[in-house]
Amino acid sequence: MYPSRFAYDAPSSLEEAIAILDAGGGEAKILAGGQSLIPMLKLRFAAPERLVDINSLPGLDYHRVDPDGTLRIGALCRHEDLEFSDKLDAFPTLAQAAALVADPIVRTRGTFVGSVCHADPQGDWAATMIALDGSIVAQGPNGRREIPMSDFVLGPFVNALAYNEIAVEAVIPAAKGTARGGYLKLERRVGDFATASVAVALDMDGDTVRRAGCALAGVGGRTIDANDAISVLVGKTLTDENIAAAAQAVAAAAEPRTDHRGSADYKRHIVETFVSRILTNISRSEQKAA
Amino acid sequence: MAPLDELKIGGMGASRRRVEDNRFIRGKGRYVDDIVLPGMLHMEVLRSPVAHARIKSIDTSAAWEIPGVRLVLTGETMAARNLAWMPTLSYDTQAVLATDKVRFQGQEVAAVVADDPYIAKDACSKIVVEYEQLPPIVNPVQAQAPDAPLIRDDKENQPTNKIFDWEIGDKAATDRAFAEADVISKTELHYPRSHPSPLEPCGSIADYDRATGKLTVYMTTQAPHIIRAAVAMVAELPEHMIRIVSPDLGGGFGNKVPIYPGYVVSILASILTERPVKWIEDKSGNLISTGFGRDVYLQGEIAMRKDGKILGMRMHTISDHGAFYADAQPTKFKIGLMHSAFACYDIPAAHLTSEGWYTNKAPGGVAYRCSFRVTEAMFFQERMIHNAANDLGMDQAEFRRVNLVKDDMFPYRTAFGFLTDSGQYKKCLDIGLEAIGYQNFKAEQEEARKRGKLLGIGISTMTEPLGAGNSREYDIIGIKMFDSAELRVHMTGKAILRTGAKTQGQGHETTWAQIVAHELGIPADDIVVEEGDTDTAPFGMGTYASRSTPVAGAAVAMVSRKIRAKARKIAAHLLEVSEEDIEWELGRFYVRGNPERGVTIQDCALAAYSNVPDGMEPGLENNAYYDPPNLTWPFAAYICKVEVDPATGVWDVLKFVAVDDCGVRINPMVVEGQIMGGLTEAYAMANMQYITFDEEGNCIGANYMDYLLPTAWETPGFELHEVVTPCPHHPIGAKGIGECATVGGPAAFVNAVINAIEHTGVRNVDMPLMPNRVYEALKTGSDISGMPPVRVD
Repeated sequence: MYPSRFAYDAPSSLEEAIAILDAGGGEAKILAGGQSLIPMLKLRFAAPERLVDINSLPGLDYHRVDPDGTLRIGALCRHEDLEFSDKLDAFPTLAQAAALVADPIVRTRGTFVGSVCHADPQGDWAATMIALDGSIVAQGPNGRREIPMSDFVLGPFVNALAYNEIAVEAVIPAAKGTARGGYLKLERRVGDFATASVAVALDMDGDTVRRAGCALAGVGGRTIDANDAISVLVGKTLTDENIAAAAQAVAAAAEPRTDHRGSADYKRHIVETFVSRILTNISRSEQKAA
Repeated sequence: MAPLDELKIGGMGASRRRVEDNRFIRGKGRYVDDIVLPGMLHMEVLRSPVAHARIKSIDTSAAWEIPGVRLVLTGETMAARNLAWMPTLSYDTQAVLATDKVRFQGQEVAAVVADDPYIAKDACSKIVVEYEQLPPIVNPVQAQAPDAPLIRDDKENQPTNKIFDWEIGDKAATDRAFAEADVISKTELHYPRSHPSPLEPCGSIADYDRATGKLTVYMTTQAPHIIRAAVAMVAELPEHMIRIVSPDLGGGFGNKVPIYPGYVVSILASILTERPVKWIEDKSGNLISTGFGRDVYLQGEIAMRKDGKILGMRMHTISDHGAFYADAQPTKFKIGLMHSAFACYDIPAAHLTSEGWYTNKAPGGVAYRCSFRVTEAMFFQERMIHNAANDLGMDQAEFRRVNLVKDDMFPYRTAFGFLTDSGQYKKCLDIGLEAIGYQNFKAEQEEARKRGKLLGIGISTMTEPLGAGNSREYDIIGIKMFDSAELRVHMTGKAILRTGAKTQGQGHETTWAQIVAHELGIPADDIVVEEGDTDTAPFGMGTYASRSTPVAGAAVAMVSRKIRAKARKIAAHLLEVSEEDIEWELGRFYVRGNPERGVTIQDCALAAYSNVPDGMEPGLENNAYYDPPNLTWPFAAYICKVEVDPATGVWDVLKFVAVDDCGVRINPMVVEGQIMGGLTEAYAMANMQYITFDEEGNCIGANYMDYLLPTAWETPGFELHEVVTPCPHHPIGAKGIGECATVGGPAAFVNAVINAIEHTGVRNVDMPLMPNRVYEALKTGSDISGMPPVRVD
């Protein structure tokens, strides 16, 4: 496993990193956690002329909750930081997903923002970002801009960043009301790509759903935005009937294909089952709390 | 004088820590890729991207132009030296570098030798090969179609894609048994292709010295002496001028028995460049081109009386060997020891027919942690037994009790002619049933159904033939399957032991010393064990098929006894009594009737170099070649309890109980490690691990994202139990154990999952039992199994 020849830079400031990208004219690639990039280099699926290693940039390894409840995740925050975080009480969808990302070894090194940028249709974090209506802050030679998640992923492995921009932060807004949610994934083995996974995020007002978000991974050529589908729950309570209707609506939004992980029908069935399980769990915990 | 405590000196039965781990856990192991020779060049192999194509042209000119490239080799280069083809271990031929056609995806087409591996890889991508695609054949059904393209058009007298027809057993007697049967049970299934996937891939460093004429090859091989013989034959070099060194190996599991093209090309590259040439395969290369396991279809039938007694058994196997018949197996047997199936059951009549086929897939059906197709044999057996008990309406445990060979029936001749010699089958089964809570299972199952979960229990009982030879029946390319040990005791009583086996994780450096300690009373820590260098190690057939302890381990005991016999003469001399008056206790000779008057084995060692009796040769060393009178027959009862989630098809192991009887255990901790590892691989095959191909012949499973090896995260816990029935013919009563769990384990998992869903009418789901297959079978109540057309999953 020998990659093609590449140049390597390890800039010590964000400005310097951006300048290198700018000079690279699109042939440079950012190395953060490297958990996807390094295998792609070794398999020669990717052969960038230059790697810009951002691991020595200061002040990007944070994740914090602003006074208004907004969660901000810096470009060098590792999966593991989120897995063991005490700041995600108001973000149950993220908290549940954190322990299911890849395997424990990858989680020590891989980054949340890097994973979202990689835009793998089977990636976990992109699905949670869509369900939670998050956005990505990009910084380039001309300053910063915030890109809503719905505009960020343009296709499989393609994001909206310009060649001279770095995704410096992920932003996840606070829930309006009580945050509820969950993340379930079917994988054949820890670290396997998802056969199907489901992110659900609800803003609850008492037992009524105020906002509902949902996205799916592994069941389409891209991360499936199922926010519209699950919006059938808005203004309703989590009765068995409403849960079943939402699960069916989300399953209909999936675009699975038959492959060695299962038939399209099977994957659609898993999506329906998982949506139903997440919502039923929320409903039961609401009942317990009441 | 208090006798030596055998456990304290690390003798038999001591769970002594593995001495090799001292270097492995410090990262100080020395593998082929760790070896750096002066002036060494690096080789990379270019592989075929397609499964079946005619090579129209190969243009290497751009590769030659890259600075640092020293040599580019193609089939033409090899052919000029008569090395384009090489013999396989099953008397077929295999392409070294393709000349006429490529016959599987990943086949070796060209190689580049350069100053570093990066340059070699870059240059490979500059080689232009023009292919004319041919229709690929990816299973035996396609292979036997009347209009199927001929894969081996290179061979004379090969008009079809069939490799062999083979049969054993008594057809007439078996037909009679079926005619008399009350109930006949049928089972059809596929044991899918898997890959041993040792962590370290294959590799070699060939170092040809023109001045001395000597060829040294550092190589990842489980059988260095077989390789030396083969290199002598293939490369036409004199055997004494070939030295094969197998250093530390990162696992083998059968994958490192065959001879691979990369080895041969690196040897020629070194001869041509007169520099050492290193070739290290990458993981994908290992997965797509080297020896696989299994890929056999079964059509099986059992004939029974109403009371449960089995009268006869028929099996027909259809095996897929890939593009070259390169199975590593004893010569006499075309489909390995498949006929060891049902050896633990008392069955009067049996008949096995087998057919083998070429396909456009990688060659080399190796014994993936099994003794030559025994894994398939025992899996088929236990799936057939499971279905037969159900077809009779008889309890799974009771059906086995009725048919297992009883303790007083040994030695027992099986219907296929094997001689099993010892065991306590019923006892093992009963211990397992007790441990799993078999009595309460039905109630547990009912309770789980109320929670919406399906419980299942699966039993697998089997004995398997481990430790080939004897040499009368077992040889590989004519070389008899004995093994050897050589022991040299130094002046101070320390010793070096060498054997013809080759450890690759089994712990020989630890356990062989324990056998010597047991026989001579020399502390195990005082004995160093060395294997793998053909210039120093005695001739042996290597390590695979769980043969090390049964064969080489026996040789270790026998050579120790020869040393003891000489030491006894020296002791008599030192004690000034006649040899007949000398008694032995562990580590010490003494005068009969006067136990205080004695000499230690260390005293004798010193005297061997300083004070030998008149007429005796000095020194204390010897060797032993051991040809076992029979195979060894360990027994195992594996019982598994699973819970199936009917909404997803996901299944979890609730409990797994393993009862192993491998005779006397040299190092119980090492034995338990072997069983744990084997059960993990059994779980892998049952649950996730397989290599499959799409319709184009593309290998699905070329990397670890597609070829799934279980990790500590999903592997269940295993509860181990032990029964000891010593092997009657082995010098220390030991039987093979390295492979029992891989062989017997898969059926326990599968039988358990099938048991959980068989109320729907499902009889079989082929491995791996991935959630989607279990869900689909459960939902439709129909089997997912048997002959192709192959499913895409």
